[in-house]
Amino acid sequence: MIREDHTALVPLAGAGKSLETRAGAARHYAGRRALTLALGVLRLGPVVILGLLIALSSVLSDVFLSFENVGNVLKQSAVVCVLALGQLLVVLTRGIDLSVGSNLSLSAVVGASVWRDHESAPLAIAAALATGGLVGAVNGLLYVKGRLPHPFIPTLAMLAAASGLALLLSDSRTIQGAPPIVNTIGAGRLSWIPGGDAIGWFPIAALVVAAVAVLVLLVTRRLVWGRWIYCVGGNPEAAARNGIPVPSVLVSVYVLSGLLAGVAALLTMGKGNAGSPTSGALAELDAIAAVIIGGASFLGGRGTVVNALTGALIIAVMRNGLNLLGIDPNWQYMATGAVIVLAVELDVLRAQLESRFRSLQAVTPS
Amino acid sequence: MRAASPLLQVRGACKRFGAVVALDGVSLDVGRGEVLALLGDNGAGKSTLIKAISGAHRLDAGTVLLDGLDITAADAMTIRSHGIETVYQDLALFDNLAPAANFFAGRELAGPGWLPRGLRLLRHREMSDRTRALLDRLQITLPDFDAPVARMSGGQRQAVAVARAVAFSSKLVILDEPTAALGLRESARVLELVRRLKADGVGVVLISHSMDHVMTVADRALVLRRGRTVGEAAPNAGNQEQLVAWIVGAVGGQSD
Repeated sequence: MIREDHTALVPLAGAGKSLETRAGAARHYAGRRALTLALGVLRLGPVVILGLLIALSSVLSDVFLSFENVGNVLKQSAVVCVLALGQLLVVLTRGIDLSVGSNLSLSAVVGASVWRDHESAPLAIAAALATGGLVGAVNGLLYVKGRLPHPFIPTLAMLAAASGLALLLSDSRTIQGAPPIVNTIGAGRLSWIPGGDAIGWFPIAALVVAAVAVLVLLVTRRLVWGRWIYCVGGNPEAAARNGIPVPSVLVSVYVLSGLLAGVAALLTMGKGNAGSPTSGALAELDAIAAVIIGGASFLGGRGTVVNALTGALIIAVMRNGLNLLGIDPNWQYMATGAVIVLAVELDVLRAQLESRFRSLQAVTPS
Repeated sequence: MRAASPLLQVRGACKRFGAVVALDGVSLDVGRGEVLALLGDNGAGKSTLIKAISGAHRLDAGTVLLDGLDITAADAMTIRSHGIETVYQDLALFDNLAPAANFFAGRELAGPGWLPRGLRLLRHREMSDRTRALLDRLQITLPDFDAPVARMSGGQRQAVAVARAVAFSSKLVILDEPTAALGLRESARVLELVRRLKADGVGVVLISHSMDHVMTVADRALVLRRGRTVGEAAPNAGNQEQLVAWIVGAVGGQSD
């Protein structure tokens, strides 16, 4: 019934003319079907890009779909996946966390030095996670309580500061050694999953990613707090007017992003059996790229866990494919840049088609 | 609580911003099921007045009583919990969320109760059911109930915003130019919605620049000019000219 009311808005709809004749109306319906199809594909967004990349890579390389290689891709993408999930929460609130790479380095250095000095795995793990969370808390508090105008600023400052602190604490040297459990998580493989050779192909790090993903999914989909994150991102003024504790929500996403940088630090420590002060360098760029390729909006309020993971996998699959084809690694960065632009252009196209679809609906009495 | 007292009473409301006197002793009453139109030129003090009622501004002097309860000094959230809802011109919707999420933003249905608010699990089903029931009651139909409101037309968005305002058994709804951005038919829908609120016994304060719309739904019209009440009348074709004269300050045929 309300749909009829749309006719009042016809001036908005460029397609309004097609109702003038029956033939026009028929064309109109055909156009609408095509639009629906195109929109359906575009709404799948990053999943389509990932599918195409996988198809292309498996055609170009025999080993791409082998168990070992899939295991490698999963293992290599684990750190970016975990960081991307934290970054997603931040981006949902219209923010950005530039410090996750430095935070990873710092947390790894702290974790490794605690392990070196105390040989206590629980203590080392707790130290790495606490460092990550603390750095995130400082980011959030500087932004909210320090009233800095945009999260770019505190997290940029933290990018510099945390990286400096990591170098200072480690004397600019890699601290060798990590708790066995951390090594297992970061580098271990599950031998009981069929396929591959005796040591197995499925990386335990992928299980960590899955666990973190389920957790973030729970937060974003099921918890009141997650709903508040979307509210704050969608309309901060209205969120405050509706009694949502906006400052706490904002601080919380930086704490969680930092905490996940701590988790990523453990994965990195395990991968190399060491804590390096530069192990997280530039990781923030991959995390941000993953979230953007995954269709999250920098304007806030839009983005999903599955798409952020897909974005991270797109980056990993692309790098892996280029490696397998023996292409100069420097091309990988350029390819990442190209995929960012492509993904966002597709999203812009989706938004355009959606508004055309809306105006078509507005003049269609069905 | 005296049953005879009006739902909302504002007495001698004064508010200044620096040297600017926005409200200078304005008083008004709104009864249950009554639609009061607030008229006035830009800068007459209408927005300041409704913001004072809804708790966004605090009055320098004067009182606001709801059902005899003094809410003059209460903050916006407290006033909402007492049953005054405001639909601002910008609608204050969450464009990225579906209507149900919009309805329950900040007061999500969730449990269990022993957990801190933020960690409770959303009761999605219950929230959508209640949203659907309310939209049905107000005879609002939406093409896609689960779509974000960004994908809806101006009239649908307005309907969602108004429905949200009355979703929680509020006593008084303040509508700030609810038809300003709408076409003819969508405006008619919103006015119909106002009538239904009235029939439900909800008091309505309506700000509108459309004299037609005011005459269609309002029981009384109060005209503000430069922060003062300059006239009050039941809006009808007979006194339309008088109302316009009050609004532009041309009382008795002479402009000031």
